[in-house]
Amino acid sequence: MKDINMHDISSQYYDVLKELGNIGAGNATTALAQMLDARVDMSVPKVSLLEFKDLGEVVGGEEQIMASIYLRVEGDVEGSIMFMLPKPAAVHLANKLMCGMLGVCSENAQDHELGEMECSAIMEIGNIITGAYLNALSGLTNMKIYPSVPNLGIDMAGALLSVPAIEFGIYGDHILLIQTKFSDDIDLDGFFLLIPDMESYEKILTSLGVM
Amino acid sequence: MGEVIKVGMADLKTCGGEDAVTTIGLGSCVGIAIRDPIAKIGGLAHIMLPDSTEIRNNSNRPKFADTGIEDLVTEIVKKGANRFRLVAKIAGGAQMFAINASNATMRVGERNVQASKKKLSELKIPILAEDTGKTYGRTVVFYPKSGDFIIRAIGMPEKVI
Repeated sequence: MKDINMHDISSQYYDVLKELGNIGAGNATTALAQMLDARVDMSVPKVSLLEFKDLGEVVGGEEQIMASIYLRVEGDVEGSIMFMLPKPAAVHLANKLMCGMLGVCSENAQDHELGEMECSAIMEIGNIITGAYLNALSGLTNMKIYPSVPNLGIDMAGALLSVPAIEFGIYGDHILLIQTKFSDDIDLDGFFLLIPDMESYEKILTSLGVM
Repeated sequence: MGEVIKVGMADLKTCGGEDAVTTIGLGSCVGIAIRDPIAKIGGLAHIMLPDSTEIRNNSNRPKFADTGIEDLVTEIVKKGANRFRLVAKIAGGAQMFAINASNATMRVGERNVQASKKKLSELKIPILAEDTGKTYGRTVVFYPKSGDFIIRAIGMPEKVI
């Protein structure tokens, strides 16, 4: 196994990741639009390599309550994937998906208590979005990637992020973040973290012709 | 009112007087608060991984329980605390997601807590209180003057240990 230092990752690699983020977000947007039967727009994703201590700031503060979907991937690539949305955005999407049954608006979304149905709806949204990214990765690299059953966590951003940060922490002091803004009636800031095991990094880069 | 100094992930800070140290959103990481109750000097470390010797890339000392606690003690003593009067309180080490509890990486919260306790006992620093494990994130604030370690979690009343 070659040592990959996250500092040395070339700008070309960033471009590849950005493209991956783009295709993934595109897929996700289409899937969301179909599911919600609404027009959904997206912005060009931002890819950044961050120090752990700056991570919380970027996602809107460590204490910001987020809904996060976390799953393991297996197959040719092994690792984890996390998708995060601020809680109001997640509640908004769940409300849409359930045809307005939650009766929430942007004012009360933050305090809305999530029941089993709502959590299930949010999990499904996360599943679709992570699935779209994985499809993009799998399509680009021609590799088999199998996701596990998703897990939902609703907590402080910092606490949720500690999980991928620890996984990344085994390899280095930085973490890779893909940020995408979706919007339908309101802006939905989504954060996507891809954490392949180090061997898988090499595989992904090789199959993309970067290394 | 003193200042509240923020400690990031894989970071440590010390303070004295009216000041406090805080870390926001502890998940599987562990926050270790140490103080000298007489000199009223203390600090907080936010560690991410249990053991620096298990990992090759280990130059970031505050990231690990073993080296992070060592450095925190050194810093506190440098500020004028007595090494033999130090006491500790710990919080964090939650299991944020339910999957793969058998997988070593996923049980890192628990391992972080164990490693922190082991290091503190090696250094003969007694643990006065702890709030560890469970499945939720915590925000902690530590006041070295009073020794109060305030813990906040979403949907739960604030507690002081």
